[in-house]
Amino acid sequence: MRIHPRYTQRGAVVILGGATLLTLVILIFIIVFILEKGLPVLGWNFLTSNPEDMGRSGGIFPTLIGTIILPLIAIIIATPLGVFTSVYLSEYTKETRATKIIRFGTDCLAGIPSIIFGLFGYIFFVITLGMGWSLLAGGLTLAVMILPTIIRTSEEAIRAVPKSYREVSFSLGASSWQTVKKVILPNALPGIVTGVMLSIGRSIGETAAVIFTAGSSLRIPTSLLDSARTMSVHFYILAREGISAENAYGTAAALIIAVLLVNLSAYWLMNRFISKRS
Amino acid sequence: MKTKFQIKDFSFYFNEEKVLKNINFEIEANSILGIIGPAGSGKTTFLRSLNRMNDLESGYRIEGNILLDGIDIYKPEYDVVELRKKVGMVFAMPVPLPMSIYENVVYGPRLSGVQDKKRLDELVEKSLSSAYLWEEVKDRLHTSGMRLSGGQQQRLCLARVLAMEPEAILLDEPSSGLDPISTAKIEDALTVLKKSYTIILVTNNTKQAARVADNTAFFLMGELIELGTTSQIFTSPVKTQTDDYITGRFG
Repeated sequence: MRIHPRYTQRGAVVILGGATLLTLVILIFIIVFILEKGLPVLGWNFLTSNPEDMGRSGGIFPTLIGTIILPLIAIIIATPLGVFTSVYLSEYTKETRATKIIRFGTDCLAGIPSIIFGLFGYIFFVITLGMGWSLLAGGLTLAVMILPTIIRTSEEAIRAVPKSYREVSFSLGASSWQTVKKVILPNALPGIVTGVMLSIGRSIGETAAVIFTAGSSLRIPTSLLDSARTMSVHFYILAREGISAENAYGTAAALIIAVLLVNLSAYWLMNRFISKRS
Repeated sequence: MKTKFQIKDFSFYFNEEKVLKNINFEIEANSILGIIGPAGSGKTTFLRSLNRMNDLESGYRIEGNILLDGIDIYKPEYDVVELRKKVGMVFAMPVPLPMSIYENVVYGPRLSGVQDKKRLDELVEKSLSSAYLWEEVKDRLHTSGMRLSGGQQQRLCLARVLAMEPEAILLDEPSSGLDPISTAKIEDALTVLKKSYTIILVTNNTKQAARVADNTAFFLMGELIELGTTSQIFTSPVKTQTDDYITGRFG
């Protein structure tokens, strides 16, 4: 039996539209739920004062510092490493067995659960290299964790630059590096930035890898070798140990807003960059 | 007559398939050589061998030599970047880089280290004028090159090559996607430019070769069938395949 295209078309619209709607509803529900519980607690005072009594009362100031510093260290280390690697893989090597193995390896790395990275960071950075629970150990662990994502998204962005741009650049007497610098990277930048932003979001929200490597000290860190607690870890501890559901939601709301701010500023930056070029 | 390129028993294999078969001839300086032939005859592969653009592909192998001013461009120590500065190329599809008209034109000179603003401005005006585009774009040099029409884009690509001040210019079906007026402008530009450059023009349009080329080469199935002055090729070709092709019996 053949169904008339008019009906299959209608069915498709319902299913596709329904899926989109459901996704949106779930997203909005989560955000509204957290904000509703968290916003009453969240205020300037909450953000800028020190926690008291293990976080039962007081604010989250030290964890705010931790949440800024840790992803910052990770991004500063992982972005150049990741972007250079992806440029090398896509522009300086021809497709061979070796590059395929490297690409497969990064895919595997990207899929490893973050707690494994935490364990690795604990054994390698914290114990073997003697960094102790510290911002440095945590930042390096996060860097290792997000590196595969940055490599893969950058590589995709670089591959999306039309081959004809490369041909033109080479035909005008450019070396590989000049082509990368003047044509490839500027055109791949929006894609690269997206990958970096995703990674920042992931590191802000990361708990398992951080708790093993940066520890959970509630003191304000004064050096890279000090232990620190991020908002995600703080939230985890407050909720897991039943210290304060109120403050846990306040922290969660702060987290969500932080991630939102990162994404919004990324879009703003990117749009500015694109409109400047065209 | 001065010789620019000498092609000596040159063969090109792509994945072990012989795409160009023992090509032998010389290309005169300061003239336009038209290369005609049906699709798949190896015209473009040959053209891209002259500035080693084929290097960007993998799975190829060559035999024989190509000499530019008596120097083998395929010898290992030859600097490919310098070669491409001397031998510019215009592609079939106009590809302005996603930057302003001005930036497109100074792309080559900047790579060679020209930084003086006045010198760059001069180069831009001179190259765009030689490509018959200056009058149309002089008031909007800093708008994106991608906003130009197809015909203007192709002339921009020509200007971009001229700004490098090369010795030879390779054109790969430069007017395949253009309207007759844009085509005429490019052809006019070429006939003036040959006084200072060696021009090699691959074209699917035999009439275009007849209009602008001084000499014409006919390629078929990877072989050079016939080479002669354009008037000889088009009025009294020696080989029957050439005659068949130009009279439109095949291809």
